[in-house]
Amino acid sequence: MTLVKDSPTATRKVRPAAPAAVKRRGRRENLAGYLFMSPWIAGFLLLTAGPMVASLYFAFTDYNLFNTPKWVGLDNFTKMFDDPRWQKSVEVTAKYVIIGTPLKLLLALGVALLLAQSRRGQAFYRAAFYAPSLIGASVSVAFVWRSIFSDNAVVDRTLSVFGIHAGGWVGNPDWILYCLVALTVWQFGAPMVIFLAGLKQVPRELYEAAEMDGAGPFRRFWNITLPMISPVLFFNILLETIHSFQIFGSAYVVSNTYCGPADATLVYTCYLYQQGFKNAQMGFASAMAWMLLLAVALVTAVLFWSQKKWVHYENDTEDAR
Amino acid sequence: MSATTTKPLSLNRKQTGSLAWHIGSLLVLAVVLYPVLWVIGASFKPSKDIINSLQLFPSHPILANFKGLADGIADISIWTFFQNSLFYAGGAVVGILISCSLTAYAFAKIRFTGRNLLFSLMIGTLLLPYHVLLIPQYVMFQKLELINTYVPLLLGKYLATEAFFVFLMVQFMRNLPRELDEAARIDGCGHFRIYWSIVLPLCRPALITSAIFTFINAWNDFMGPLIYLNEPGKYTVSLGMMMFRDSDGVAANYGGLIAMSLVALLPVLLFFLAFQRYLIDGMATSGLKG
Repeated sequence: MTLVKDSPTATRKVRPAAPAAVKRRGRRENLAGYLFMSPWIAGFLLLTAGPMVASLYFAFTDYNLFNTPKWVGLDNFTKMFDDPRWQKSVEVTAKYVIIGTPLKLLLALGVALLLAQSRRGQAFYRAAFYAPSLIGASVSVAFVWRSIFSDNAVVDRTLSVFGIHAGGWVGNPDWILYCLVALTVWQFGAPMVIFLAGLKQVPRELYEAAEMDGAGPFRRFWNITLPMISPVLFFNILLETIHSFQIFGSAYVVSNTYCGPADATLVYTCYLYQQGFKNAQMGFASAMAWMLLLAVALVTAVLFWSQKKWVHYENDTEDAR
Repeated sequence: MSATTTKPLSLNRKQTGSLAWHIGSLLVLAVVLYPVLWVIGASFKPSKDIINSLQLFPSHPILANFKGLADGIADISIWTFFQNSLFYAGGAVVGILISCSLTAYAFAKIRFTGRNLLFSLMIGTLLLPYHVLLIPQYVMFQKLELINTYVPLLLGKYLATEAFFVFLMVQFMRNLPRELDEAARIDGCGHFRIYWSIVLPLCRPALITSAIFTFINAWNDFMGPLIYLNEPGKYTVSLGMMMFRDSDGVAANYGGLIAMSLVALLPVLLFFLAFQRYLIDGMATSGLKG
């Protein structure tokens, strides 16, 4: 097939030689392919696959970076499950993911639906709403967040008007996690842009037909928009969930590097960092990392399994390549 | 617009809709922009007013916070942090552009044995939490005595470990008209010629998107420098900012900290203003093709 396409003359003239030519060409293509791929292959072996194997090994050892790793079987895991701070970090992370991600995606979808009505200024709003996603992970914004959620600062005083007085959110163990949730929700622009692109692909005729059949706006959203953008929704849920499991920088800075008060923002990676790099418990930290990987893999698997039931692929345009 | 003259007093349905749309959008805009405006205003306030004053922009703006920045922190000039960040971000951009485009070319344009398997592996790394690799990578770089250098931060960028950009470029290259490189092959061009003279120039939008995202990610990166750099002279801007907090306690030089926050945001905001179309379109297509 390729041969005919790429060198028509060769096939037509020397038929018997063709298989050899195919082979030679195949080998040349392989060589070229692997040459072009060589940086990635080196990176994959050296920085991904190798470290994964090493990490799995460390997870079953007692290792502080300077001793030779000592095999301890499942000790790290049993210690971990009994560790109240580990339990706390799981709880904090789960809360952060379960509250933050749906809020962020709902806001993203809501604003995308608003913007998709294609009026003047759409491009401007789209750009402005996207900006927080670029700066949200920076230390600068984390400091800004810490400041505006401090005691007697703007958020506190505004909410006091409505009778909600939390003092400084950042100093209050019951509230500081919501400060981080607010920070992630503020970055709704990235999933919004993806929703918006999905909404633009929904054929107009569908809405016109539905309107003629007398479907109201809610019916149109539920029966047309939602199924049509379900692949994009799936993509956003998958990526945002996986990312929010891995929050580190903003938790670290907003809670003034100690992930508190009272471990209130001890997100999983914060505890992993403390165990690995402050306490030099490389074995324990590796075991923690593998639990995180398992959790992420489980969530991914559940999402992929569930998509069969609710994600609607219009015309599977999987082309052969 | 001219239709309004017929019914001047009651708004018709379309106009109410339009009004509601603008009010809704402006409300979201206000919330989204507030923190950015806040940091601009606060950096011109005296330290003691930053937290407590509700005025967004001070009635008597002062420049003391910025002047203070010129003195540096703990005998290190602010410019050093900027140079380090520029070196890191610039080095990352070069690495990503070279390594990811080579890899993407192989995936998109060369038929070699094992391509589909490697492609699935590459997509798999997209979902892999970085933290699994954190400890063993640190151990490796520590054994190689590369801690406190930029090698651990940059090596991955030169080895195409950022699967997102490979994916972005593969999608772009697949959509290029196939006739172009087929014609070039018939003319006797090898893969490298096709890559360099045909595919790369056509991929400019994808390359620009990747370059800007890489720059911004490296500029914002906190965990990498936190773990690998331990000498203040080598700190990037994000780490250097933490010194304002450490050396002065939490609030003593609050003005300096906030002014530094603003200055650190500026390059990202400028990049965004200049290239927002590339960034947003790049994001949007990544979701659609995913």
